[in-house]
Amino acid sequence: MKTDKEAMSRSSHSRQVRKSAYIGKSVPRLEDRPLVAGEGRFVGDMNLPHQLWARIVRSPHAAGRLLAVDTEAARTMPGIVAVWNSDDISDIPNIPFRATSIQGLGPYTQPILARDRVRYVGEPVAVVFADDPYLAEDAADAVFVDVDEDTKPILDARDEPGEFAPGASTEPVIINKGYGDVAKGFRTAHRIVELDLSVGRHSGIPMETRGALAEFDMVNEKLHLWGATKRPHWNRDRIAEMLDMSPAQVALHELHVGGGFGIRGELYPEDILVCVGAMRLRRPVKWIEDRREHMMAANHSREQHHLIRAAVDSDGHILAIDETLHHDQGAYVRTHGARVADMSIGLLLGPYAVPAYAARAHFRLTAKTPAATYRAPGRFEGSFVRERLMDAIAHELQLDPLELRRRNFIASSEMPYARNLSALETEVILDSGDYSGLLDKAKRFAGWEALKSEAAERRAKGKHVGVGLGYFVEKSGLGPSELVRMTVATDGSVEIVTGAASLGQGMETAIAQIAADTLGVDYSRCAVIHGDTDKIAFGWGAHASRVTVMTGEASRLAAEEVRIKALNMAAELLQCAPDGLFLDDGVVHHVESGASVSLAEVAKALEPASSQRGDRSPGLTAEAWFHNKHMNYPYGAHIALVCVDAETGHVKVERYFVSYDIGRAVNPSMIEGQILGGLSQGLGGALFEEFRYDDTGQPVSVTFADYLMVSAAEMPETAVQILQDAPSPLNPLGLKGSGEGGVTAAGATIATAIDDALQRPGLVRRLPVTPQYLLQRIAEYDAGQHDARQSDDLTGACE
Amino acid sequence: MKAAPFDYFRPASLQEAAERLSVNSDDGAMILAGGQSLVPMMALRVAYASELIDLNAIKGIDTVSRSERGIAIPPLVRHADFHSSDVAPGPLGHVLATVSRHIAHYPIRQRGTFCGSLAHADPSSEWCLIAAALDAEIELLSVSGRRRIKAKDWWAGVMETVREPEEIIVAVHLPLLPDDIQWGFYEFNRRAGDFALGMAFCCYRLTEGLITKPHVALGGIEEYPRRIPEAEAVLEGATPSAEVFGEAARTASKAVNPLEDPATPAAYRRDLSATVVRRALTSATQTKSSPALSA
Ligand SMILES: Cc1cc2nc3c(=O)[nH]c(=O)nc-3n(C[C@H](O)[C@H](O)[C@H](O)COP(=O)(O)OP(=O)(O)OC[C@H]3O[C@@H](n4cnc5c(N)ncnc54)[C@H](O)[C@@H]3O)c2cc1C
Repeated sequence: MKTDKEAMSRSSHSRQVRKSAYIGKSVPRLEDRPLVAGEGRFVGDMNLPHQLWARIVRSPHAAGRLLAVDTEAARTMPGIVAVWNSDDISDIPNIPFRATSIQGLGPYTQPILARDRVRYVGEPVAVVFADDPYLAEDAADAVFVDVDEDTKPILDARDEPGEFAPGASTEPVIINKGYGDVAKGFRTAHRIVELDLSVGRHSGIPMETRGALAEFDMVNEKLHLWGATKRPHWNRDRIAEMLDMSPAQVALHELHVGGGFGIRGELYPEDILVCVGAMRLRRPVKWIEDRREHMMAANHSREQHHLIRAAVDSDGHILAIDETLHHDQGAYVRTHGARVADMSIGLLLGPYAVPAYAARAHFRLTAKTPAATYRAPGRFEGSFVRERLMDAIAHELQLDPLELRRRNFIASSEMPYARNLSALETEVILDSGDYSGLLDKAKRFAGWEALKSEAAERRAKGKHVGVGLGYFVEKSGLGPSELVRMTVATDGSVEIVTGAASLGQGMETAIAQIAADTLGVDYSRCAVIHGDTDKIAFGWGAHASRVTVMTGEASRLAAEEVRIKALNMAAELLQCAPDGLFLDDGVVHHVESGASVSLAEVAKALEPASSQRGDRSPGLTAEAWFHNKHMNYPYGAHIALVCVDAETGHVKVERYFVSYDIGRAVNPSMIEGQILGGLSQGLGGALFEEFRYDDTGQPVSVTFADYLMVSAAEMPETAVQILQDAPSPLNPLGLKGSGEGGVTAAGATIATAIDDALQRPGLVRRLPVTPQYLLQRIAEYDAGQHDARQSDDLTGACE
Repeated sequence: MKAAPFDYFRPASLQEAAERLSVNSDDGAMILAGGQSLVPMMALRVAYASELIDLNAIKGIDTVSRSERGIAIPPLVRHADFHSSDVAPGPLGHVLATVSRHIAHYPIRQRGTFCGSLAHADPSSEWCLIAAALDAEIELLSVSGRRRIKAKDWWAGVMETVREPEEIIVAVHLPLLPDDIQWGFYEFNRRAGDFALGMAFCCYRLTEGLITKPHVALGGIEEYPRRIPEAEAVLEGATPSAEVFGEAARTASKAVNPLEDPATPAAYRRDLSATVVRRALTSATQTKSSPALSA
């Protein structure tokens, strides 16, 4: 146990170790018991009497005119209550997107059932409601979808834009960002380095697929939806608007959630169909997505093409960057609008000082499943691009790649550093960071020099072993606000109600730790209630690594207020002055006299009818808001040691190191878990995962046999270093979010390690680096070299 | 991912199964063995069976039987039954034990069957490769009697065989391997447990230092696994060496007509065929009974 200076100073009399010092401790997760005991309650576990099952009929065509959706045969099958196509729900508007300053996206939103045209394989065209899920699926098979394939599907965002609808091109917007005199930078450059890079289409694949259960309570005229998560309040408000109801008539409830990663908990056609079904058919409606559907219906992400150019001086200082992005949005604009394309160029520059920057993002629609955010959106892609560029510059100037990075880092003395760019509708201002310091620590942690010499030794023996480092800046703590209501019950337990959500990330524990530490109670007596729009009026949910920052600080403020109230009441109960009191582990002590009173007794004394309450307001409770206009920016480095089998193209990641500065680590072991889980997804995107389409627009990665996720066998030995050198000045605890840093630099790091292993600088230009791509790329690379290197000198297995 | 409606029938003997199949196979009745391919395909609605004729209640068809010349593998022998090399005498037991561990994952191997793999005829099936490499014979039963097909005549295309819909595979026959056989197996797949992108099985004997009776078979590369006579010709009568193996591998890769799909160009599979043949041959020289396992 360690003493906490802050806590000591809070009570001048406390000399003993504070039991409730939970911030910074790897205490066990509070939410795990039901999950590991098989007592979890996911939406799939929940059933209501007389419920119907919905099954979505999906377009088998990538693009074409919708001639007919014939529901006749399906309607008469046993157990079928209703079958709808778009004519049956023509009064329901398209799914909206979040407020944005980007204009012109309106015409591109998705109808809940396709109207007039189908635009991707998997698009909902009809819905079946049946007494049981098997019958529903049988009937869905009998719905005939007649499509005239009148156009060729657009499958590459770099192709000429086509027509989305009369007067609307498939390029809704080109987003421009930048500052400074880029032309001058290029005019005066010592060298210009240019790269053409791509990231493949992949996405978050939560273990639990999506699901929804809706019930319309006719007595109270209230619509309930279970299976919500991520943005319950925003979704509630939009559902109310779409169905022409008051938000007070809609309640979203979060159950256990088996992972979100940005894609789960957005508002999708299926959510609305389930709600409309429950209201019109007057029976609860349940829908559980199957895995094949999930692969073609839930948000895709990541697919981008970057053409980036840097102007540098002879010392390797960047003078200007010019960047053109083609963002493959898929068939519609979904709830995120153009946010991923926007933040890709808004956050591209990472830790480097860039005097002039011009970027344009071509936000383009294609005949694929619509895309949106996936853990580290824009930053996984951008870090790959930026770090590839840094390696290319270093190679061009024959500089050590890490030294080059160091020369271009923004110095900690320059913090806070305004980028002159925006992302997520806020100004990008790097709040704090010691980029150079972290690079040193990361190198030391991984044993960089030893890794380099090990790789060189193994290369000398004919193996293709390489080491690479990717540096990144994340962003977290997205506002604007969060509200917490905290109440101590008369048994001394604490209820913390927040409008944030839980996707399984451990927020209940982290928030309990912050609240318990501040208040002075056992963290396991703190219950965090979340994701329920009926429990709290406002909430911004769980995304963008924001919960520990936003709800965390709101909880700290509420706990502080509750503590003051408790001490005030206790002072009267103990007949002493409040400043002689010390609250720890649920008991208020008067240090000098040794007298004490439990928090439970204090709460009882504050009951409305208590004679001891005096004129204090009833209840040991407080509400607190935390408002935050700016994001904060954690940062870190990934280091990998890989071995390449150059005969098969297989890349084995042997060892991996992540160093991440998150300002203040509330629960280090949970953060480590976040980083490891994120890393498995990052490695997936770097080496394995890809949604592929054939040239007719048929998706060919719709099962786990074709869409390859990283399993335990592919995970490298990994070490995580959590640093707290740069607390955020934007909140008193210095918190930054930790949800995404395990993913961010994985693509960048694997790419550079592969280059090193094969001693071919600039080899990797696209992710994922599949064996097929790698062998083809080596051949292409060697053919383009002046010294006519023979790929025949490449060898195989690592063992 | 729920199967379309189907009937279910549980015969007590292979004869009864054959009778049922002869009546219903025209309508789409199918044999259910381990269900590790058929059931997922039905759930995805890429396979529709009007009726499943489930062999799993039939007694006496779950054990490998031995004769002087070889072994017979009846329909309910699971992949996992080969985990122990005792399943067959001599090197054949080691071959099967080694190869079985490359099939899918442990739980799948507890259910999936050897005969089912031959019926299913996936181009990347390890058992299909072994059947091709070792010149297995497939024994079929129908109401009109029994017949035996040689492995080289078994396949007709990707997941297609010469089996008639009313025929049941009642056994796959494999010859024993001589004690002095040199053999090697190498498989490449993207992740542990995945279907192979390419794999090779090679074996030969040495007579006075020279290779005799070489078998070189490739799987996962073409529509179905097969022996590659051009590569075998390179080896026949040669002294084992890196050069000879390299030439056999290159010859094999020239002789194949590789599959192509959106993830994998034919050129990749052609390249890979040389690599897996060379690695299988290289490991074959290293040990007699339990060669180094592949990656
Ligand atoms: C995740 C996963 C990974 C896999 N990886 C591999 C792998 O790496 N290598 C590999 O080889 N396999 C792999 N498989 C497939 C597995 O090995 C199957 O078990 C095998 O292909 C079929 O055997 P089965 O007994 O399960 O057949 P079933 O699924 O029961 O049947 C398959 C087909 O064969 C027919 N059939 C079965 N038995 C007979 C018979 N006796 N006579 C006539 N017809 C019959 C059925 O009617 C059906 O058409 C994998 C499966 C899964 C789910």
